[in-house]
Amino acid sequence: MDNRINTLFRQKKENILTIYFTAGYPSLDDTAFIIEQLEQAGAGMVEVGIPFSDPTADGSVIQQSSHQALENGMSLELLFKQLENIRDKVNIPLVLMGYFNPVLQYGVEEFCKKCHEVGIDGVILPDLPLHEYQENYQLIFEKYNVHNVLLITPQTSVERVKLIDSVSTGFIYMVSSSSTTGKNQKVEDFQKGYFEKIKELGLKTPTLIGFGISNNPTFMNACQYANGAIIGSAFIKALQYGDLTLEQAISNYIKGVINPG
Amino acid sequence: MTYQVDKKGYYGEFGGAWIPEMMYANIEELKVKYLGIIHSYTFQNEFTQLLKDYVGRPSPLYYATRLSEHYGSHIYLKREDLNHTGSHKLNNTIGQILMAQKLGKTRIIAETGAGQHGLATATVCALKGLKCVVYMGALDVGRQAPNVKKMKMLGAEVIPVHSGNKTLKDATNEAMRDWINNPVDTHYIIGSVVGPHPYPDMVAIFQSVISKEMKSQLKAQTSNELPTRILACVGGGSNAAGAFYHYLDDQAVELIGVEAAGKGIDTHETAATLTVGSPGVLHASKTMLMQNADGQITEPYSISAGLDYPGIGPMHAHLFKSGRAKYLSATDEEVLQAALLLTQKEGIIPALESAHALAALNQLTLLPEETTVVNLSGRGDKDMQTYLDHFGY
Repeated sequence: MDNRINTLFRQKKENILTIYFTAGYPSLDDTAFIIEQLEQAGAGMVEVGIPFSDPTADGSVIQQSSHQALENGMSLELLFKQLENIRDKVNIPLVLMGYFNPVLQYGVEEFCKKCHEVGIDGVILPDLPLHEYQENYQLIFEKYNVHNVLLITPQTSVERVKLIDSVSTGFIYMVSSSSTTGKNQKVEDFQKGYFEKIKELGLKTPTLIGFGISNNPTFMNACQYANGAIIGSAFIKALQYGDLTLEQAISNYIKGVINPG
Repeated sequence: MTYQVDKKGYYGEFGGAWIPEMMYANIEELKVKYLGIIHSYTFQNEFTQLLKDYVGRPSPLYYATRLSEHYGSHIYLKREDLNHTGSHKLNNTIGQILMAQKLGKTRIIAETGAGQHGLATATVCALKGLKCVVYMGALDVGRQAPNVKKMKMLGAEVIPVHSGNKTLKDATNEAMRDWINNPVDTHYIIGSVVGPHPYPDMVAIFQSVISKEMKSQLKAQTSNELPTRILACVGGGSNAAGAFYHYLDDQAVELIGVEAAGKGIDTHETAATLTVGSPGVLHASKTMLMQNADGQITEPYSISAGLDYPGIGPMHAHLFKSGRAKYLSATDEEVLQAALLLTQKEGIIPALESAHALAALNQLTLLPEETTVVNLSGRGDKDMQTYLDHFGY
């Protein structure tokens, strides 16, 4: 079967909204429900965060949600259990995102195998560097048809962007600025030069812009330069939903990003 | 077998640079340039001059007469405690501040546990007029108050870190986040032989002056540059790396690292990583870690803030795995008694960290003709409150 990420980018070239949330947050057993609600509300893809005790690339919001998820009892093993029947209800591509150590302890091959079994299409592991991936893990990922999504940043040289493009299979995660996650940005803060430079390179791999995207203006702005954008911290904040139900909170937030007013 | 780092940044199976792409440009620049810079004439000139005139090197190798009598064996102390700022940490920060200048960086960040590395970093930043930000676990800010005040007087900004168990690991996380957010103007002065390649190698090179001096001092004092054994405490492992460095290929010399057992290696309150840990990836390095089955890092504990770390430098993981070095551990209680013994036998109040190395003397069979060098990595001023609370003076 074709990888759902490839199918998505074949069918839709622009304004793809991808949402990140941390598995096990706000409550331990919300994972499958949140994914279903996100698909219904209009998300094009979902990144499910594997919580880690030491998330060094994340700002305070995802640090908090990861900490809470671990306190709630989340683990990679439990996450796979929660996702066992996810493909009965959900059709959009699903990606797991996290740090390498939990995957290493689980066993990289076992991890990829399990991803394939439950219907995970790709993985984002920011601290698995390109050369380690190529030397030790690429064949395993390919064997199980799981895309390893690589990142580029404003500091990444053109030469390296091209290398990353040549190795990439699903999409490239364009980090919007040199920062950890959750630094809310204004549209005028975006590094237009960097976005334009990447767009002009005409990469073979689709791109999604993430980090600092929080609302409709920042989402639409990012979408001018890539196939879509990724929202994480701002969505997690929206899950502190007060008087709303979880379902309402998700639906309101996604509508606000895609179709405000 | 080689005990040095290989071309890929590994010590055997340990090490590497497990960095997110956000740190790639900085680490790559450092990796490409560090050896050339270190071996350049201008760098060596300035580095050795500062070690001599500013740090106060060479640090003495002191024959501890009464401690030797006590143990019935020859014991020497390598007096890193006499360095300016009170520990071996300044050897590394002098090297790295010169490195930062050569790289054109204008802002310095650092993590610190006991505050010794933070203090050494704040000191070299004052020396060179560079902006300095030190991340320190909120718990450590409390238990190492004198060092915090010194850092502030030196002009550094000390940022308390409230995540995790508010100690060294969490301070390191926050420093890494800072570097991700400030990739252009900032150099991260890592305080130990930890983190991504080339840091473990670079820091070990800067600290290797310890064993270089030890060799010539032993030769002068005993006519044999090889002792029976060398003892050093290990958290991340920088003073041990420096004390072992020039002896790694001298197989006759027994190298012994001493980890912090905390309340005991069979309790959950320990920082003895090699004893209770397993291989994993943390702070951009593949090394031995304290972790649970899910790969989550577990919280370490030690009475000494400088050893309160759930990982260890990849070089030590390799020396442990290959059997070249042996690693023991000492409990808080053993450490306090060892500190008291040195104080009253030799008139030297050691840092709690260094007292771990001293405590291991009780765990070894020391023969009369043998020579043991203990790397006395730091002095105890910063730990006075802990000592006073414990001994009730």
